[in-house]
Amino acid sequence: MPEPTFLDSTELVLNMGPQHPSTHGVLRVILKLDGEKVIGTECVIGYLHRGVEKIAENRTYTMFAPYVDRMDYIAAISNGLGYCLAVEKLLKVEAPPRAQVVRVILTELNRIASHLFWLGTHALDIGAITPLFYTLREREEILKIFEDYCGARLTTHAFRIGGLQYEVHDGLERQVKDFCDYIVPKIDEYEELLTNNRIWVERLKGVGILTADECKQFGVTGPVLRAAGVQWDLRKAQPYSGYEKYDFDVPIAHGADTYDRYVVRMLEMRQCVRILRQAVEGIPEGPILAKVGKVIKPAAGEAYVSIEAPKGELGYFIVSDGSTQPYRLRVRPPSLINLQALDRMVRGGLVADVVAIIGTLDIVLGEVDR
Amino acid sequence: MAATPWEGELVNDVKRQFGAQILEASSYLDQNFFVVAPEAVISLLEFLRLEADFDYLVDLTAAHYPDRENQFDLFYILYSFARNERIRVKTSIAETATPSTAVGVHLTADWLEREVFDMFGIRFDGHPNMTRLLLPEDWQGYPLRKQKTLIDMDNRWVQENLGIESGQ
Repeated sequence: MPEPTFLDSTELVLNMGPQHPSTHGVLRVILKLDGEKVIGTECVIGYLHRGVEKIAENRTYTMFAPYVDRMDYIAAISNGLGYCLAVEKLLKVEAPPRAQVVRVILTELNRIASHLFWLGTHALDIGAITPLFYTLREREEILKIFEDYCGARLTTHAFRIGGLQYEVHDGLERQVKDFCDYIVPKIDEYEELLTNNRIWVERLKGVGILTADECKQFGVTGPVLRAAGVQWDLRKAQPYSGYEKYDFDVPIAHGADTYDRYVVRMLEMRQCVRILRQAVEGIPEGPILAKVGKVIKPAAGEAYVSIEAPKGELGYFIVSDGSTQPYRLRVRPPSLINLQALDRMVRGGLVADVVAIIGTLDIVLGEVDR
Repeated sequence: MAATPWEGELVNDVKRQFGAQILEASSYLDQNFFVVAPEAVISLLEFLRLEADFDYLVDLTAAHYPDRENQFDLFYILYSFARNERIRVKTSIAETATPSTAVGVHLTADWLEREVFDMFGIRFDGHPNMTRLLLPEDWQGYPLRKQKTLIDMDNRWVQENLGIESGQ
């Protein structure tokens, strides 16, 4: 007779998602629980997989540019910037000064929009409904500027290989200045609502800790890394598109928890405003497009170019065989790689904190799955 | 690729340690890379991490060249926070090869290797969970290989799993 065994009555497997409002898209997390404690997770991803890297192989460099906007659609302009910079690197051209400054303006506006959207949805996940209405109201102002610039609001395709897609519209400077004056008191308002709010603090402090060493092991970048005390931002470390000309700080925090990631992102928005104010003062005159020719045909070779997207390091690795189409194009998405650390962050915590931690990672499933 | 030789202290250290296993140390568009023998990759990553502070594996990916003897190129992109420097490690492997996993050196490699397996069908030896990452488990074939068509792959999955005979 076999030895009597005891069924492990404390262990429970719970499926979360893919259709769960707090997973920001279609993320499925299989949670292994001991009561309310999480003892393990498994992420199931790929529901939004569209084969972007394969599509790239079958398109010319120019034709592929709009596709990148569909990865991280919250920050489409950052995606476009990274792609254009990567192809420009292979072509050995640089965008003219006017284009570089406009690129910085639009990218920083997009960074604020991305952080605003993150703040609204993150607060909503945790149970604070109000901030969502406020942040989306402010984000709308940014989308209006995008609409005036290029006609599109979300997937903008604002840049073109070698420079800008369009000449800037009349009154961009005024709009951006007005927006800068408008957003700063609004950020103060969010902070008034949340920063010292007892429920908010209790809910976030000490939750989902990921130390600097763990961040590096997992390749986690962006605000998550900076909240762990590492002052690393590609705009400072390896400046591109003229970021070295602007005076701004890289905010950090040392708690490495969900609350500090909130603090870092709030400070980052203020720094974006600083950059915007400087950039909009001095948009140089001149052409908006470098001489790249109608047919984009980089010499055979490989290049990896990355930028500081709102979510972390966004990289493009392109292998060119000298034809008009990329032989291989690889996207290094910050969301996918940051999501990998989810397991480490939730283990040992409470099931209710899983929602907070998914929110604090600021993932976009369009970019995770590509 | 008009690459120029890459020289420096790091290259000398690496060459001293690994000798003939380092096939090339070059620079193209100001980006430095090593081309190494496949069996040296993991020990090189470990050496770079421990001795040269390359503590961040940025990305790991592959490319397929069906007409070559060694069909796949594997790329490891590394960054060092201390040196603010980015390098690549490149190696070529045969279609049937099973390169060792880098998970022991960089935890990031876990999902990245799964994605390479998913898209190219390269099995990493010693990986804790060598399953598909993005595509369904019962997917047939590896989409990022340079095949003539993807449509058969897609049709077959739709026919088998969704029962739609036309496959679309």
